[in-house]
Amino acid sequence: MSEALVALSGVSKTYPSGTLALDPLDLAVREGELLTLLGPSGCGKSTVLRLIAGLERPSSGEVEGAVWRPGEIGFVFQEATLMPWADVAANVSLPLRLQKVPAREARQRCDEVLALVGLAPFAKAFPSELSGGMRMRVSIARALVSRPRLLLMDEPFAAIDEIGRFQLNDDLLRLKAELATTIIFVTHSVYEAVYLATRVVVMAARPGRIAAEVAVDQSFHRAPDGRTSAAYLDLCGRVSKALAQAAKAVP
Amino acid sequence: MKALRRAVPPILAFLGFLVAWEAIVRTANIPPYVLPAPSLVGATLVADRAILLPALGVTLTITLEGLAAATLGGVLIAILFAQWRWLERAFLPFAVILQVTPIIAIAPLLLIYCTPATAVLLCAFLVAFFPILANTTLGLASAERNLRDLFALYGASRWQTLWLLKMPAALPFFFAGLRIGGGLALIGAIAAELTAGTQGGRTGLAFRIVEAGYRLNIPRMFAALALIALTGIAIYAALAALSHWALRHWHESAPEAP
Ligand SMILES: Nc1ncnc2c1ncn2[C@@H]1O[C@H](COP(=O)(O)OP(=O)(O)O)[C@@H](O)[C@H]1O
Ligand SMILES: [Mg+2]
Repeated sequence: MSEALVALSGVSKTYPSGTLALDPLDLAVREGELLTLLGPSGCGKSTVLRLIAGLERPSSGEVEGAVWRPGEIGFVFQEATLMPWADVAANVSLPLRLQKVPAREARQRCDEVLALVGLAPFAKAFPSELSGGMRMRVSIARALVSRPRLLLMDEPFAAIDEIGRFQLNDDLLRLKAELATTIIFVTHSVYEAVYLATRVVVMAARPGRIAAEVAVDQSFHRAPDGRTSAAYLDLCGRVSKALAQAAKAVP
Repeated sequence: MKALRRAVPPILAFLGFLVAWEAIVRTANIPPYVLPAPSLVGATLVADRAILLPALGVTLTITLEGLAAATLGGVLIAILFAQWRWLERAFLPFAVILQVTPIIAIAPLLLIYCTPATAVLLCAFLVAFFPILANTTLGLASAERNLRDLFALYGASRWQTLWLLKMPAALPFFFAGLRIGGGLALIGAIAAELTAGTQGGRTGLAFRIVEAGYRLNIPRMFAALALIALTGIAIYAALAALSHWALRHWHESAPEAP
């Protein structure tokens, strides 16, 4: 097992409002893996990402390894979260601008990531002129432009239609292979979780906790019938069962 | 094209109103010192232009100066409030007190301390200041939480966050405040002119109305009134156009001009 990039140990989170969002939990994320967090809404998935990013502090326990320098974390939210007053290029280069990267280098890196997400011709377009899927690509490009060690994605494709989502899933796997980034991907779709992951972590709600873990053998990607292959559907079945059990079990 | 078609009903209604007014005045033989017909008001506007246009210039200048000062002051103070919240808590009540006290009641007091010209300008400034301050303050705090988190993740400084996030995010709010402030600056200037009279040789439209009233020159009162109304409409339209242009990329996220 390679070393953990970031690890939660005995981490719990109670919000100031009194909501117990996370029961003490342990989770280690290894360098290079694509971990999907799967669970019903309200089970604390976003809270886990925010704790890892350092946007929230744990109420107890410790988040180890999470002393990030600016730009080491990329964050993609459920909405594209773009600045409507800025064009695509300005949105994508925002992280570089905030880190005072020289303009020439920033422009070059911006062009690179735009090409990577297939939006090179849209650098001068404004968010209001793009479709939902394209806006999400811009958001991903912005997260990648600082060359993060860890990419956190919080239900990024939940608002996108299924055909667009399939395309974005494949694009993400391609980017992952090219950039060799570690990714934590939050979703509430079993099929998406299994399709992307090297490891699926199933969470349960009230209070948020880890209910099960399923390692995913990604060999089905090489099968000619990928999304309909027996191996893939079998894995989806196992994860669904784990999710159903987690929902029934009352701690 | 659509905008044109939408403009047709109000234009027709207004023309109908003028025609009915003209017809009533003529058929009932109402004397012009009771109610002048619109044609007479129009003729007076042309005939008295040597008196009315300079007065319009005076009032318009004061209105725009007051609005400019209010914009500058409102935005600067809103930025200070956004950077140091305790300043907002400490000083917003002062702004609210100024706002809820009718300007017409403050004007006589100002006239004791300042020259008439300064007092009128101050009144225009005071009424326009608050909506710009209040809206911009609201706007500076309106940036999406996720975007603010993103700025934090990339280690943005306070000033980067202000310049690159809070200020652009505040634009729609600022322009809403500016449109309100533009109308109010004119009201403030007129109210103060009514109290102050002439301002050291410069005579505004409001005083021309008072003066024409003393002389029972009712058509000139109407003509001056029409000029004030037109000025109000022009200020509003200009500010709405400016806001539309500045927010043209925002699309659905920008609040529509009412
Ligand atoms: N800022 C917050 N303040 C108070 N309660 C919160 C806050 N953020 C999330 N919660 C609560 O914590 C729980 C977990 O939320 P979240 O992590 O967003 O779950 P998920 O992303 O799985 O839907 C929910 O009950 C939610 O209402
Ligand atoms: Mg969530």
